[in-house]
Amino acid sequence: MPKITFIDHLGTARTIEGEVGATVMETAVKNGVPEIDAECGGACACATCHVYVDEAWAAAAGTPSSMEEDMLDFAYDVRPNSRLSCQIRITPELDGLVVTTPERQA
Amino acid sequence: MGDAATGEAIATDALIIGAGPVGLFAVFELGLLDIRAHLVDILPKVGGQCAELYPEKPIYDIPGFPIVTGQALVDNLMKQIEPFAPTFHLGEMVESVESLGTAAAPLYRVTTDAGTVFEAKTVLIAAGGGSFQPKKPPIPGIDAYENESVFYAVRRMDAFRDRSILIVGGGDSALDWTLNLQPIAKRVTLMHRRDEFRAAPHSVEKMRALVAEGAMDLRIGQVTGLRGAGGALEAALCRNDAGETFEIACDRMLPFFGLTMKLGPIAQWGLNLAENLIPVDTEKFETSTPGIFAIGDINAYPGKLKLILSGFHEGALAAQKVHRYVFPEKKLFFQYTTSSSSLQKKLGVAG
Repeated sequence: MPKITFIDHLGTARTIEGEVGATVMETAVKNGVPEIDAECGGACACATCHVYVDEAWAAAAGTPSSMEEDMLDFAYDVRPNSRLSCQIRITPELDGLVVTTPERQA
Repeated sequence: MGDAATGEAIATDALIIGAGPVGLFAVFELGLLDIRAHLVDILPKVGGQCAELYPEKPIYDIPGFPIVTGQALVDNLMKQIEPFAPTFHLGEMVESVESLGTAAAPLYRVTTDAGTVFEAKTVLIAAGGGSFQPKKPPIPGIDAYENESVFYAVRRMDAFRDRSILIVGGGDSALDWTLNLQPIAKRVTLMHRRDEFRAAPHSVEKMRALVAEGAMDLRIGQVTGLRGAGGALEAALCRNDAGETFEIACDRMLPFFGLTMKLGPIAQWGLNLAENLIPVDTEKFETSTPGIFAIGDINAYPGKLKLILSGFHEGALAAQKVHRYVFPEKKLFFQYTTSSSSLQKKLGVAG
């Protein structure tokens, strides 16, 4: 199963096995990864599962849809590599994905 | 009407706090038992999270509806409760709940932030994740400026007259207030993280026209800090995607970053709380305070699932106990809507 590494804002890394077809957010919540709130439960309606995708994985993770861009307006410290983790679906190509979580989601 | 102006309280058998799906369906279950309800919600519309967070998104686990959107579910519930003529108090937040009665005959004085006062025999808290409140940006030191020079809502436009206002955001709230305050402000600057807006296209066009004629400013970037002593804002420190930093001089800031759910004043009502949830029994969904019930996502009990369908069940059972408080002398007979002529009469469908 693809491995995903979550790095929290203090630099602590947690590597977790995710299922192909699940979202990065679901993988984080199921495994108790901190700093991902996912208040709306994955409906792309709250911007509280904001992550920064590691530069090396930016292309593989893809770019936000216009709906996701709209929701990112509600996040803080949005950067060019910002994504909502509920909108990144795990594929075999994302094995090794690294994302960093922001200090605050809401 | 019971409001601060007249000092009269609205007397009601049941007051429901929260007009989400669970609060709405509780109107139905109470109505079948001849109990009329008033509802209070902080949002200016009914539907709670269904209407605010995911109106267009499908829900797949409402019994009998293989697929229904959040808004369609709310619309259907409103139709379903129509025969029971509930009274809505929208855009108001319940601030205090104070007991005037006894355990056997409860009575609660409930006051909202708009000054509406209720005297309710029973209170059903169907507040979901709490009240929707404006999201506060994590700008260092912002607390010191709040309600002095940083505001999350415009209560009185006049408070912004002749001010240099920085409005942050790209949705309807940000654009509407930009357009409304621009004529009376000294200067309005709108800042958004990108040069695309979610707001209604005609508002965006109007804003761009004002920028083109030099009547206001549009800047692309994000606020990273605030400057000014003693809560008096002088400038916002900003950064754009290219990493360049700049300052915007302003003495008022209005950030519009959407809404988030906060437990809010519920914590001050003297109820038992467990991790921001209200413990209830699973027979009546009553709290440890007689006459106050909690249904839907806000309650906690062993095995609780935060599903809309669970909230519907909880409302039905709570209504039975509400009936005993409201009509202590009446015996309740269990009836089906399919076969009971008296229930059908109440629903306005008697043949």
